[in-house]
Amino acid sequence: MRISELAASLGLEVAQGSYADREVSAGYSSDLLSDVMANAKADAVLVTVQAHKNAVAVASLVGLAAVVVCNSRPLPDDMVEAARSEGLALFKSPETAFEVSGRLWTMLRRP
Amino acid sequence: MPPLPISPETGPQVVLELIYRLKVRDAMSSPVITAAIGDSMREVQYRMRDNGITGVPIVEGGRLVGLVSMGLVIEALDAGRIEQRAGELMTRTVISLEDDMPLAFATTYFNRYKFGRFPVLDRDGRLVGIVSASDIIRALLVAMNAEVERLEEKLSAAAAASDRPSDGLVRLGFQVTRFDFENAGKASAEIKKSLKGLGVDADVVRRAAVASYELELNQVIHSEGGSISCVAGAGRIELAAEDRGPGIPDVEAAMTEGFSTANEWIRSLGFGAGMGLPNAKRVSDEFAIDSGPGRGTRVRLVIRY
Repeated sequence: MRISELAASLGLEVAQGSYADREVSAGYSSDLLSDVMANAKADAVLVTVQAHKNAVAVASLVGLAAVVVCNSRPLPDDMVEAARSEGLALFKSPETAFEVSGRLWTMLRRP
Repeated sequence: MPPLPISPETGPQVVLELIYRLKVRDAMSSPVITAAIGDSMREVQYRMRDNGITGVPIVEGGRLVGLVSMGLVIEALDAGRIEQRAGELMTRTVISLEDDMPLAFATTYFNRYKFGRFPVLDRDGRLVGIVSASDIIRALLVAMNAEVERLEEKLSAAAAASDRPSDGLVRLGFQVTRFDFENAGKASAEIKKSLKGLGVDADVVRRAAVASYELELNQVIHSEGGSISCVAGAGRIELAAEDRGPGIPDVEAAMTEGFSTANEWIRSLGFGAGMGLPNAKRVSDEFAIDSGPGRGTRVRLVIRY
C-alpha cells in the first residue's frame, strides 16, 4: 500500500505533502527516538505523539516512509519545515496512537 | 520591549554554542526579593521601590505561588485596592524556568510570552532566582567577550597550520553543542549523505546513521560539548566521538539498555530511553568506550562493509 492510499484510508490530515509516494512496508509505534532507531524497519510508518523535529530527523536517518502524529498534537513549524526539506510525509490524526496503530495493523497485515 | 534578537536556531555557531552552554542559573539574579501571600500590595510596592525591581514573586513555604508585577501594583492603586493582600491580586499562572535549562530556552520564553521576568526554580521546584531580559543580555555580553577573545587566538593559530595530504578516504568532522536540540542530528545527516555518495549499501548506511546519531545525541544531552568524526572508505567506516566531560561515572551501567540519567524535559523530547550506547554498539563491528568522572568520554567504533 502506498503512503497516500494509507493516509486516505486512515483519514489523516496532511501536514507535509511533498514526498515520494512509495510503498509502506510496516508500522512502528513509539515515542522514544532511540527505540525507533533500533527497531523501526525502513519504509515503515511511525505512529507517535512526539511532535518535535527530532522525530523527523530520526525518521529520515532510518529511512521511514511517513510519520503520523496522534492526539491532534500541534506540529511546530520547524518540524513541518524539516519534513519538507527531507521529503518526508508528515500527517496528523485526532485519534490516539493505539487507535491509529490498530487500524494500520489491520491494513498492513498480510493475509 | 522588542524581542531579543537572538535565534536558538539560525544564529552564528559561536552564539548558538553560548546560549546552549550557558544555563539560566548563570544569568539569573539570586537571592530573590519575594513577598508572602499575606503581605499587602502596598508592602510589595515598597519592596519594588526600595530594590529597583518591577516584579516580585509571591512565595509560600519556599514554593512559588504567584507573581505581582508593577502593572498589577498600578492597577491596585488605581482601583483603591493597594491595601489588599498580595495573595488576592497576584497572577497565579506564572510561567517559570528551570535553573539548568540552557539560556536558549530563556530567550525563547522572553520572545514568546513577553513577560519582563521569569522566576527560576530548581529541579525540586524551589524558587532559586529570577531572570530578566537585562540579566540575560549581561550574561551574554560577558560570555561573548570571552568567546571573541578565544576566536581571535584560534584564528591566528589556524593561520599557522598547514594542509594534510589526501589518501582517498572521506574525512568528516563536526562540533556538537550541549543542549542544542535544534541542530541535533545534522552531523549524522551529513555522514549519511557522504556514505551514500561513496556508494555504500543502504543497510550499512543505516547502521552508521544509527551509531552516529546516538553518539551525537549523547553529546547534546550529556556532555559539555564535543566532536564527532568519521573516516570512511575502503570497506571501513570509523566513527569517533570525543567530548569535554563530565565523563560517565559507571560505564557498565551506561552500556545497559534502559539505564539513563536524562532529566524530565529531555525525556519529554523523546530522548533518555537508555538505549543510546547499546544501540551504537549493536550496529558496530568494533566498539570501544573510554570514560570516567572528571575526564571526557571517548567512543570509537568501526563498521565494515
